[in-house]
Amino acid sequence: MRRVVALDTSVSLIFYAMMTGSIYLLFAGHNQPGGGFVGGLVAGAAIALRYVAGGIDEVRRISPFMPWTILGTGVVLSTSVALVPLLLGDAVLDNGLVEGDVPLLGHVKATSGAVFDLGVYLVVIGVVLMVVEAFGERFDAAEDGGERLL
Amino acid sequence: MILLLALHAVLGLGVIAGGERLQRRALLVAGLAPLAALVWLVAHAAGVIEGTPVTESFTWVPELGLDVDLRLDGFALLLAVLVSGIGVLVFWYSHWYFPATQEGLGRLVGLLTLFSGSMFGLVVADNLLVLYGCWELTSITSYLLIGNKYADGRARAAALQALLITGAGGLAMLGGFVVIGQQAGTYQLSAILADPPSGTAVTAALVLVLLGAATKSAQYPFHSWLPGAMVAPTPISAYLHSATMVKAGVYLVARFTPAFADVPFWRPAVVTVGLVTMVCGGLRALRQSDLKLLLAFGTVSQLGFLFVLFGMGTEETVIAGCTMLLAHALFKAGLFMGVGVIDHQVGTREVARLPVLDRGWRAFTWLMVFIAAAMAGLPLTFGFVAKEEAYQSLLDEAPFGEVTVIAVVVFASMLTFAYSARFLWGAFWYPRSRGAPTAASDDAPSAGFLAAPAVIGAVLLVLDVLPGLADSLLTAASQALDASAAAVHLAMWHGFNLALLLSAVTVAGGLVLFVGRRSVARVLVLGAALPTGGDAYRASLRGLNRVADRVTGVVQNGSLPVYAGVILLTAAALPGIALAADWPDVDAPPLVDQPGEVLIAALILGSALGAAVIRRRFAAALLLGMAGYGMAGLFVVMGAPDLALTQTAIETLTTVLFVLVLRRLPDRFERRAGGPVRVLRVAVAATVGLVVFAFALAASGERIGPPVSDEMTDLAYPEGHGRNVVNVILVDFRGFDTMGEITVLAAAAIGAVALARAGRRPGAPANPAPADAGDAEPARPAEVEA
Repeated sequence: MRRVVALDTSVSLIFYAMMTGSIYLLFAGHNQPGGGFVGGLVAGAAIALRYVAGGIDEVRRISPFMPWTILGTGVVLSTSVALVPLLLGDAVLDNGLVEGDVPLLGHVKATSGAVFDLGVYLVVIGVVLMVVEAFGERFDAAEDGGERLL
Repeated sequence: MILLLALHAVLGLGVIAGGERLQRRALLVAGLAPLAALVWLVAHAAGVIEGTPVTESFTWVPELGLDVDLRLDGFALLLAVLVSGIGVLVFWYSHWYFPATQEGLGRLVGLLTLFSGSMFGLVVADNLLVLYGCWELTSITSYLLIGNKYADGRARAAALQALLITGAGGLAMLGGFVVIGQQAGTYQLSAILADPPSGTAVTAALVLVLLGAATKSAQYPFHSWLPGAMVAPTPISAYLHSATMVKAGVYLVARFTPAFADVPFWRPAVVTVGLVTMVCGGLRALRQSDLKLLLAFGTVSQLGFLFVLFGMGTEETVIAGCTMLLAHALFKAGLFMGVGVIDHQVGTREVARLPVLDRGWRAFTWLMVFIAAAMAGLPLTFGFVAKEEAYQSLLDEAPFGEVTVIAVVVFASMLTFAYSARFLWGAFWYPRSRGAPTAASDDAPSAGFLAAPAVIGAVLLVLDVLPGLADSLLTAASQALDASAAAVHLAMWHGFNLALLLSAVTVAGGLVLFVGRRSVARVLVLGAALPTGGDAYRASLRGLNRVADRVTGVVQNGSLPVYAGVILLTAAALPGIALAADWPDVDAPPLVDQPGEVLIAALILGSALGAAVIRRRFAAALLLGMAGYGMAGLFVVMGAPDLALTQTAIETLTTVLFVLVLRRLPDRFERRAGGPVRVLRVAVAATVGLVVFAFALAASGERIGPPVSDEMTDLAYPEGHGRNVVNVILVDFRGFDTMGEITVLAAAAIGAVALARAGRRPGAPANPAPADAGDAEPARPAEVEA
């Protein structure tokens, strides 16, 4: 498969915009439309675009972590948010809340739900990366095979 | 006690983790655990014997009534002393038994320590569920220890057999425990035994408990795993499979009998099982030419004896049972260690291959003769005391009513005498008489190696001379089981009475059986043709595999259309039948709310139809995506931005993923099925569509209570600290669901990667360049396994 310059360039532009958007969705989700799941999906779509443009090598260049590390971190993060209250003597998944004024940001509220959501976000991204890892191909390797992506 | 259990766990796990570096010193380190337990037991023994049990307790899961109650009463003390005492000796013995550079020694020693802790926990547990937990822990450690040589297929099979049989029995027992616990309203063992529940349910539960006890204690017809377990190293056989773990079933029967003796089936069932086991085990022991197997079948027989004594459940038989239990644990552990010494020094334990054990073996020979005499029940030994006690108790209880029981017990004791004699004959006399070469003199065991069996011999000797020393311990043990039991007075000489006569008959009969061993062997050979418990086990395992094979062949036939059809039809049939039976009176909602909907609906319908009829896979995937975007459009029109956002993102992603996978498939669908199959498919699709439509219509018109979402909307900010209700539901109100879902998602992703990689060569690149394609053949099964 050959790389297409136009696609390559536009994807590298769009990619960061989409990632920023996904992170925005992740944090906005608590009060406005969004959330970890949607955020993760948007990020996943951005990763998929990277793949379309440059194959699996392009996707591997996104993060220094292996896909399963990201996936596992997400699961561990969410599960520990669920379990930590248990250690503190509360019910499973009991919601914790930290409120305070932070310079530059103003009044900030952080709930344990946000951490939980971050876990969900990471899991979704991890799943996308895993699937790409499982079924994706290297572009240069397949070049002579004459296969075409689309 | 909790601290002691924790010590076992910590030392055991620690040695497993770091034992390789310790080598044989691991044994001495880990041996501290049973030693500590022994010291603690001795320190508390006086109080327990006085009649004040030591109890400890902490609450674990109050909702389930799962408290960790530990209680050391007299009977628990007896067993705990055996567990820890023989444990210490076994650790000491292992230090000589295993070569200095034994591979996997750390693992073995750690497991042995864990077993020791589990067994200790089992006998002091005062809560049925805790007891069950320890019970299964002993099964699992036993499984791992039997399979210690995991490269050996025989060891693995034997370990699996032991686990399957005792595990199945254990599960049955758990069922029984739960029923008994529910009927009694408590899971505390001492409370249940003090005030036993009754009724049909309890009777059924007792059958299950008995099943657990019989499998664990290798009673007929579940005994077959115990001889198989002899592939384990001898210290393990001596500890687990003769002295302690197999006593767990006996322990349970002993505990339960006084409380449930009135349940009509219990006594006859336990006694019958015990008698059958006694005789069959004894007969099989006479047929063995492997010294260790001989002892194993002897153990089976003796466990049957204990079942008989504790199953009778009278005050006197309980005393006799406790005495016999002590005696058996001692002499059997000693003899097993002896076989281990022979095996270790001369490399075989087959009678036909043993050399003459001559110079340097004299002390060992006398030690074995002495211990085996106790097993045979010769006068002036502790075994004799125990056997006398047993005969006397059976005679007192049922002078002439249960002649059968006494007759069978006496016959089985003759067998015991005969196989004890056979053991000594095989180990020491037969090699001489067949003119075998003499063992090299430097093969003789060292003093340290002999120390552990010698200690056991010394304990037996002390008990021979002064059997009264065990009185207080055995009194406490018996009275813990049955408060009305009299104080125990063991003595060698009770005067001329019927029990003595029976002992004489036993010895005489045993001698006859031994002297006439050639004729006996001819009769026994006939028995070899009979099916054994092991055959039954293998046959049932094969049968299970065959059934599973057939069922899988039918249910998992590998056809995707069939899978999808079955799933979809089931999903349609259940609500469909309910709706057809009772169609609710629904006002049809307005056909169109907003004009935009018509356009979007047309788009969705068009692309869905297109996806169904189009021939190219890519196009079908794209059309599916289009239908999905249409749905997102509908959500927007109806005012659900969250849903629309998610739907859009999902559609984008799934389309790309489709593309990823579809590249590996042919461009076009295979030729469509024709005629009836096609009609069937269309019918299934139409049915599913119609039912879903009808269901949605009915569901929207059938609201009875206020929707649960109202409450969630109200609580979202005060409780969940968020204004986005959907998100608060996901991360808070239904956070548990979300957690489950992401776990499933993660598992699916791991599965996908594993599947995709299964076909590749290990170490090969994801997609070999065409240059390598020549030697990159499709993966063979062996490579998939690798």
